[in-house]
Amino acid sequence: MIREFSSNEVWFLVQALRWTVLLTLIAFACGGLVGLGIAILRVSEVRLSRAFALGYIKMFQGTPLLMQLYLLHFGSSLVGIVANAWLSAALALTLYASAFLGEIWRGCIRAVPRGQWDGAHALGFSHLQQLRLVILPQAVRIAIPPTVGFLVQILKGTSLASIIGFTELTRAAQMVNNATFRPLIVYGLVAGLYFCLCWPLSLLSQRLERRLDWEQVPTLKVPVQ
Amino acid sequence: MTYVFQFGAVWREFDQLLLGAWLTVRLSAMAMVLGLAVGILCAVGKTSSSRAVRGLIQGYVEAIRNTPFLVQLLLVYLGLPSLGLRLTPDQAALLAMVVNLGAYATEIVRAGIEAVPHGQLEAGRALGLKPWHIFRFIVLMPALRTISPALGSQFILIMLASSVVSVISAEELTAVADTIVARNFRSFEFYLTITAMYLGLSLVFQATFALIDRALFSRWSDRR
Repeated sequence: MIREFSSNEVWFLVQALRWTVLLTLIAFACGGLVGLGIAILRVSEVRLSRAFALGYIKMFQGTPLLMQLYLLHFGSSLVGIVANAWLSAALALTLYASAFLGEIWRGCIRAVPRGQWDGAHALGFSHLQQLRLVILPQAVRIAIPPTVGFLVQILKGTSLASIIGFTELTRAAQMVNNATFRPLIVYGLVAGLYFCLCWPLSLLSQRLERRLDWEQVPTLKVPVQ
Repeated sequence: MTYVFQFGAVWREFDQLLLGAWLTVRLSAMAMVLGLAVGILCAVGKTSSSRAVRGLIQGYVEAIRNTPFLVQLLLVYLGLPSLGLRLTPDQAALLAMVVNLGAYATEIVRAGIEAVPHGQLEAGRALGLKPWHIFRFIVLMPALRTISPALGSQFILIMLASSVVSVISAEELTAVADTIVARNFRSFEFYLTITAMYLGLSLVFQATFALIDRALFSRWSDRR
């Protein structure tokens, strides 16, 4: 029995949006925490921790997000945890986000001029103090635009959680489509909903980046003496 | 309860997985060539004087970059038939990948074209070069050289994203693994193996791009 596509279905999809948003926020918050650790390891003075962080980043950047989801989902039952789509999706997206954010933030830390490290060193700060008190506060400003940009990637990435059976927006669309069989309308609407979330973030990221460029012009003009 | 890993099962079906990897390479390579063509075309279109053309291209780029690939794929595979365009899973997968990559490539190529100094164009005109030659030698090749690292990473991203087309059972590595796993339930072993294969593929692609980059642009590089 085929159901009509009505306002009920639209409402069902809009409601499913909260799971997409929630999953995004969890992955972003947890991924950010782990990612900060990865970024710090990546600029560490110890060679081994730099190598570990590099391997971690390469491993996640060189494999499909879908496979990371599958491995956590099918792997969790092997270690005795009942496979739970919520948990697998949140964990996989957290790890994925941590690797990418770690690499993005490493770039931002590296973008802080070398002289700032030397200056902090001259003040007698330890490596971690140099990072915490001098480098990171300056790197944060550079990091905001690409971080907001990556938030869009996480948001889009949550759609893959539908494949392991987590009911977020894309999975809700599949359910509605199975009942109404109006794929063009259903997926068109869902694409529109994703767009409404992602586009403002993309625009914000671009604007912040332009403002940062503009702000940095005067400092670049300071003559070297 | 302890789980006993059985990678023997993977080894028995390894020829199938290799075939799957080849299908992924072929699908991705086709998407890369066509997607780059779309990107170049749209990037040139964005320099057009017509506001409508520029707006249309910008709309395409923003629409694709701000929606998930999976939704684009389902829209192509399930949505287009109601407009009278029925595609096989393989065709739908390729089309979705080309459309997706094309949008990202447009932005990348555009940045490369904008980086070409205006004086170079004037020099080309002063030398009496034909517009096509100016475009090919003064705009396109130097632009591609500038952006080839960014293009390379985008190509690898679309190769990795191609695993998603398994949901419409288009033929590639993940779909091959799905089929085998449905038969023998050794999901973890198989997905772990193909994850390693994807990692290998991204390294191979990276090395190939570096070679192509050297072969194409070595005569430009000594100028800087």
